[in-house]
Amino acid sequence: MTLKYSVKTAFVGLKTNKTRSGLTILGIVIGITSIILVMSIGQGAENLILNEISGFGAETIAIRPGQEPKGPSDIGQTLFSDSLKIRDVELLKKKSNVPHLVDIMPVLIVPGSISYQGETYRPMTMGGSAEFISSAFNVFPGEGVLFDEQDIKDRASVVVIGSKVRRELFGESDAVGKFIKIKGRKFRVVGVLAEKGQVSLFNLNDLAIVPYTTAQAYLLGIDYFNEIITKVDNPENVARTVVDIEATLRQSHNITDPDKDDFFVVTSQAAVEQIKSIIGALTVFLSSVVAIALVVAGVGVMNIMLVSVTERTKEVGLRKAVGATDRDILFQFLLEAAMLTGLGGVIAIILGAFLSFTVAFTLTQYTNLQWEYTFPVSAALLGITVSTLVGVVFGLYPARKASKKSPIEALGYE
Amino acid sequence: MKPLLLAKDIEKTYPDGTRALRGVSLSIEKGEFVAIMGPSGSGKSTLLHVLGFLDRQSSGVYTFDGNTIDDYREDEVAHVRNKKMGFVFQTFNLLPRTSALDNVKLPLLYSSVEESKWNTMALDVLDLVGLSHRTEHDPAELSGGEKQRVAIARALVNNPSVIFADEPTGNLDSKSGMDILKILADLHTARRTIVLITHEQYLSEFAQRIIYIKDGMVEKDDRVESRRKV
Repeated sequence: MTLKYSVKTAFVGLKTNKTRSGLTILGIVIGITSIILVMSIGQGAENLILNEISGFGAETIAIRPGQEPKGPSDIGQTLFSDSLKIRDVELLKKKSNVPHLVDIMPVLIVPGSISYQGETYRPMTMGGSAEFISSAFNVFPGEGVLFDEQDIKDRASVVVIGSKVRRELFGESDAVGKFIKIKGRKFRVVGVLAEKGQVSLFNLNDLAIVPYTTAQAYLLGIDYFNEIITKVDNPENVARTVVDIEATLRQSHNITDPDKDDFFVVTSQAAVEQIKSIIGALTVFLSSVVAIALVVAGVGVMNIMLVSVTERTKEVGLRKAVGATDRDILFQFLLEAAMLTGLGGVIAIILGAFLSFTVAFTLTQYTNLQWEYTFPVSAALLGITVSTLVGVVFGLYPARKASKKSPIEALGYE
Repeated sequence: MKPLLLAKDIEKTYPDGTRALRGVSLSIEKGEFVAIMGPSGSGKSTLLHVLGFLDRQSSGVYTFDGNTIDDYREDEVAHVRNKKMGFVFQTFNLLPRTSALDNVKLPLLYSSVEESKWNTMALDVLDLVGLSHRTEHDPAELSGGEKQRVAIARALVNNPSVIFADEPTGNLDSKSGMDILKILADLHTARRTIVLITHEQYLSEFAQRIIYIKDGMVEKDDRVESRRKV
């Protein structure tokens, strides 16, 4: 039989039982749609996180206290570790210790809200250096100025705020020169950052920066830092600088065995690799779950094809009586199964593309995330191949059963 | 002249032990119209299955056009059925939701005939059985007689050497039955070989020759002196 007629015959076979065909491919549709969704969302999440990290610059190195977390349970010790102190910052600043380091900023997270004349708002308040933030994120004061090194030295009670913080507390009136309260202490607003939005892990519009010395002394009452961020003169010198930083801090902390480090260094590149591997592992895991679902769907296809073969026993007998060979019958039923599941794959790709677009659109529309819609072409191709393959593999047994029927028994079947 | 169908001592025993044929011998020449007659359970349908290469005998020798079924591979047997034999069944066996034209084309799908000729060939035989006005109708839209005429057209489309008709009027009213017999008689007049299976005496009288089967054996092989006319 020619391919054209085989396709036509299979199509008529499927059209005859539209509802059943539809229900049969439901499992395939759900399975392949899930693959497309998982891959599309995985890719979107990876792009988002990588953008966030790369917004920080390839020449940035972060130093965190405590031991490098190996899993979620280790993150706590990082938050409560007090190993990074001002002495470390002073040592790292020395050209003789870390020659390629060009800028450094200790970071402290100040929890709680801020207020101005009864208006309260909860921005992300941090102790740091306004000048470092400005040059690292390329954001400049829209109003007023940044506080400087002298303010940091003097533990001045000054603050630079983001544009959203300004709107929330001051509305349309001027903010520069006004005093806001952070943890009960008065801070003079010296500058308001220009509108910028999300860069890296910070929403710059929603930031309030006070000198880290002030945060340590007056807001938190601690002598350590939550993180130290440094900038290297050239991304090519990152690896070397990491070694220099580690050597300097080990000497400062009297550590001889690197396994006992009470700090760890994170580069943008390492973070990118780590995120990629986590998302990759997650995608593989979810895809395996979907693969199991596809096998279950395949068993469903086999079941329905067996019913179909039984129902069409007489047709098989007739076709054989008029000259169909075993191979013709095998091919007919196999093609029918493959077309059925292949169609399921096509529907799933359209549905998966639509759903992943909806997810991307909703996330962009209703959150601050710059979620990028990605249509995973590789997943679509994989979907079509897998679904057709499921049809062929699980259609083989019923098709073989049909092809082996004797024409006499088949014709006499009621 | 060598007979088209030649059976010698054909026996058929089913796996459950039933002996359906017990040494049937017969020969049918090209162009003959033979009726195989017998009561139900006599083995006439089993005989037709063996003669039509739809089933194998348990013992004995059967040659069709000079060859036994064992001379062919399984797919070659299918090709012989396709090219040289046409079947008409009591229950029509048309494909549902498929037009009369496409039903008639079915054997051509498995043949070596060029696709460009299929339509003309199918329309020609539909015209021959008087159904040129019903070509696009589904079986559900056709009467019993019309369905059987489509089945005859399907049996004829590949221009076979013989037509095996198994109780072709069994599911029809008497008028439609007569129409079918007239078509078979006309085909015989046009030098076709026809093997008709029936259990009704009056139908067999339209044939040239009646082979009576009883308990799996040939009881009588009569030439009909004065054939009935439709």
